[in-house]
Amino acid sequence: MLSAILSLSLLALGLGLLLGFAAIRFKVEGDPLVDKIDALLPQTQCGQCSYPGCRPYATAIANDEADINQCPPGGEATIHALADLLDRDPKPLNPENGEVKEKMLAVIDEQTCIGCTLCIQACPVDAILGAAKQMHTVIADECTGCELCLPPCPVDCIDMVVIGQDILTWKWPAPPEPSEETAS
Amino acid sequence: MDLHTTTSPHNTGPNSVTLLMLRVIIALIPGIAAYIWFFGWGLAINISIAITTALLSEALVLKWRQRPIKPFLSDGSAVVTATLLALAIPPLAPWWVTVIGTLFAIVIAKHLYGGLGFNPFNPAMIGYVMLLISFPREMTSWIPLISLSDISLNFKESLVYIFTQQLPPSVTLDALTEATPLDTLKTHLNMGNTVAEVRAQLGLDEETSRLLSVTPIFGDVGGKGWEWINGGFLLGGLWLIYKKVIGWQIPLAVIGSLSTIALLFFLFDNDHNASPLFHLFSGAIILGAFFIATDPVTAAASPRGRLVYGAGIGVLIYVIRSWGGYPDSIAFAVLLMNMVVPIIDHYFKPRVFGHRN
Amino acid sequence: MSRRLWRFNGGVHPSQHKYESTRNAIGQALLPKQLTLPLHQHIGEPAEPLVQVGDHVLKGQQIARANGYVSAPIHAPSSGTIAAIGEYPIPHPSGLSADCIIIDTDGEDRWGERLAIADYKELSPSALRNLIREAGIVGLGGAGFPSYIKLNPGHDKVIKTLILNGVECEPYITCDDMLMRERPEQVIAGLNVARHALQAEQCIIAIENNKPEAWDAINAAAQDYDYIEVVRVPTLYPQGSEKQLVKVLTGKEVPSNGLSLQIGVVSINVGTSAAIYRAIFEGEPLLSRIITVSGSGVDTARNLETLIGTAMDELVRQCDGDPEQLGKLIMGGPMMGFAMHRTDLPVIKTTNCILSHHREQMPKQKPVLPCIRCGACMDACPVELLPQQLYWFTRSDELDKAQDHDLFDCIECGCCSYVCPSNIPLVQYYRYAKGEIWIREREREKAEQARKRFEFRQDRIERRKAEHGARRKQKQDGSKKRDDKRAEIQAAVERAQQRRDQAMQQAGQRQTERKQGDDKDNTLQ
Repeated sequence: MLSAILSLSLLALGLGLLLGFAAIRFKVEGDPLVDKIDALLPQTQCGQCSYPGCRPYATAIANDEADINQCPPGGEATIHALADLLDRDPKPLNPENGEVKEKMLAVIDEQTCIGCTLCIQACPVDAILGAAKQMHTVIADECTGCELCLPPCPVDCIDMVVIGQDILTWKWPAPPEPSEETAS
Repeated sequence: MDLHTTTSPHNTGPNSVTLLMLRVIIALIPGIAAYIWFFGWGLAINISIAITTALLSEALVLKWRQRPIKPFLSDGSAVVTATLLALAIPPLAPWWVTVIGTLFAIVIAKHLYGGLGFNPFNPAMIGYVMLLISFPREMTSWIPLISLSDISLNFKESLVYIFTQQLPPSVTLDALTEATPLDTLKTHLNMGNTVAEVRAQLGLDEETSRLLSVTPIFGDVGGKGWEWINGGFLLGGLWLIYKKVIGWQIPLAVIGSLSTIALLFFLFDNDHNASPLFHLFSGAIILGAFFIATDPVTAAASPRGRLVYGAGIGVLIYVIRSWGGYPDSIAFAVLLMNMVVPIIDHYFKPRVFGHRN
Repeated sequence: MSRRLWRFNGGVHPSQHKYESTRNAIGQALLPKQLTLPLHQHIGEPAEPLVQVGDHVLKGQQIARANGYVSAPIHAPSSGTIAAIGEYPIPHPSGLSADCIIIDTDGEDRWGERLAIADYKELSPSALRNLIREAGIVGLGGAGFPSYIKLNPGHDKVIKTLILNGVECEPYITCDDMLMRERPEQVIAGLNVARHALQAEQCIIAIENNKPEAWDAINAAAQDYDYIEVVRVPTLYPQGSEKQLVKVLTGKEVPSNGLSLQIGVVSINVGTSAAIYRAIFEGEPLLSRIITVSGSGVDTARNLETLIGTAMDELVRQCDGDPEQLGKLIMGGPMMGFAMHRTDLPVIKTTNCILSHHREQMPKQKPVLPCIRCGACMDACPVELLPQQLYWFTRSDELDKAQDHDLFDCIECGCCSYVCPSNIPLVQYYRYAKGEIWIREREREKAEQARKRFEFRQDRIERRKAEHGARRKQKQDGSKKRDDKRAEIQAAVERAQQRRDQAMQQAGQRQTERKQGDDKDNTLQ
């Protein structure tokens, strides 16, 4: 009896020391979960999730302060990816945060632009080129479609234009799910 | 203009699931015919009951799942499952055994998992195993060959027995049923007799056996009668390979590994182990190798994977036959290997053209 | 001498349907009123127009130049006027439009200048390649890869074998067959030019054994050349696929993601070879090609020498078919061709067949059943992939696993879909998966770029804020210093003032005292 208690206690002590040692020696710096979540987000920095950017949202998810279904630009794919990563159930997008829209680009109407630089200051990825009293233009390749430039413009000269499909961006559609055709 | 814009290829080949299943059924016919010849009409009745139950239950389940009925019912997979199950159970099993087994196989083992193509376990074998565990008495009441037994039932009597369990006045259940050759061999081996002794006792000619009131159940190669049945299935199986309905990998692997391990043990000690040929031609091994293990939905996917899968089944069959609790073990071996299939698929991928390995 | 042949895994035997279109000799397509020439008829960058609307062009005149290394020029197939340059519907599975040049033909078919080469052997391989490039020749077997690049082995490679692909394994298509039957000398002449350009040692012409007439003709034409071997290969689809053919003829496998160049083999189509002949020996750029018009939609299936840019419905009409009655129009063969969205699309350099199905003779649509994991697809795949697993991964959106299972090695030949007993459109799943993977890759890169810019911007704002704060602090410190200094100066000034006051006071006192003394003096006298 005594020997059993003794041996188990020694074992517990030994393993506990080992675990403690491992916890200190192999400690991972930083919070990789936030990085992993951030890597799945679309980096639009639009703020529709009610956080000022994608990284704060990622941090909030990691701290369990935010749900995974608050990102409209990411859409279903992002929600599923986050659900996979965090081992939760995917949910539909929260309608309070917005709705899934087609990918759009901002285009400045050069006839109306007055060169006030308010949109340049608003763009989170510096996708607008221009200076005070000079023509402003959106660099199409860098625009993420976040729409943050629309409210500040005093003359409402920015439009969101749907990116059309051309030969280079077209892709084969997914075959219909068999249940839609006949079987399974 | 309203042109169809479907994707290539714009022609499809003549292959269809219905054609595959039809060919499987045709390949089963020689074996079934031999079976009925040797063991009476019970099998035919059971097959009919099973097929009817299978089709009805599949139709009901499809309706309940809100899926189209016609394409699924006409693909013949339920018919094949029902036939294989009916072959696995004793020919004079009561009708409710067949019905319960088929229902379980179709509804639970197949449709509960998603229907055709989605079940991880072989439905016929699941049905059989469930019956074996739930109704051991009915499932072990095998009958001897008609030609050898004084007592056998004709078609009408079989029908009556299967549906009402009423035997003709002069027959008792004990007199009617008898253990299979495999079962007998196993029992005797366990009792310590050698194979030779068992054969001597039971491989008797008709005269002597009548005197000793023991039926000679061992034929030249395997169990008497069973050799012919297995031969019939072998013919059917080879035809299926020729028609490319099944691949050669699984039957070869099953039979190969079973023969090899039986041979090893036979050479090591031929008094206490049956010969490989005996193993091959008794019981349902040929049926299992060509028809049950090759069920495409539950078998491994790649050629090398299939060899491993078949080999595993062969080894398990031998192990369970020799040291397990059941005389014939195809069902258990197949189900156990079904469980291993995802790992096999993961590790045994074929080499792709242009890659070095 | 029979050469040892190897085999590749799988392949299927679809019904041939070759006889319908080989009954008649090659005909000449009628000169259409309008020719539409897409600028992107080849692999690589689209060509750039050299002409403007309203220009008059002659037959063979270059109307668009190659743009970059991997590109090809385009020539006017007939004389006429440039009617338009803009976006028009092109023969593409998407049904979208792209830039095209439209020529209104004037019916005269007048040639421009043609420069034939007397003896190609006197030209260097690189000069020959330039001529081939300027002639706008691309692979006519279906891929459209600019031929002059293919005929360039590079500095370090030795090409041991030049293969001429006369296999034509797809059903219905017979343009290569008829070309070999009727113009074998052109094919051999082109082959010789290609051999010179590559400095190849040996040539093999591969013909499927269902083309006995073509074999006879080519054999006769190749008799005089001891470095040319004409080989009969068994009829099997997709024997004509380049990598598979290389394996069958040489036993070597082209590495995945690699070119046959890397194992010393180059393969070109017999049609390309004939085009090279025309370009070098007759000075004619690639303006026309033989196209098979077949299927239940035409009454007289045959091969037509067609100008590039002819509308498909004109060909259908010429073969006694009614474009209005068509249910399906396929550019290419039944295994790998693309279904067209309209019947008036133009033929391009890589169009080898127009397959039309009459509305009332469409093949029956079989229902799609679930996959029964039978493995027939795996047995049929010439690339030895696991189509079944690729299908399951694509359906469950595990595209990275599909990529690990070598999805990008798939040549989209259609053998797997052909044999599938459940009629699953497997090739469409793989095409979708490949497109999806590319798009996701692009999106990931864009997101990464956006993140970098965002972080840089945040940094910049922080930096500015920090600088601003530091400057303000400096200003405050500076003004404080000024105040102190001012206070000091003030104090010094006050001190000085005080001293001055004091000094003045003292001076005033002495004056007063002296004055009193003087007064005293004055009174004493």
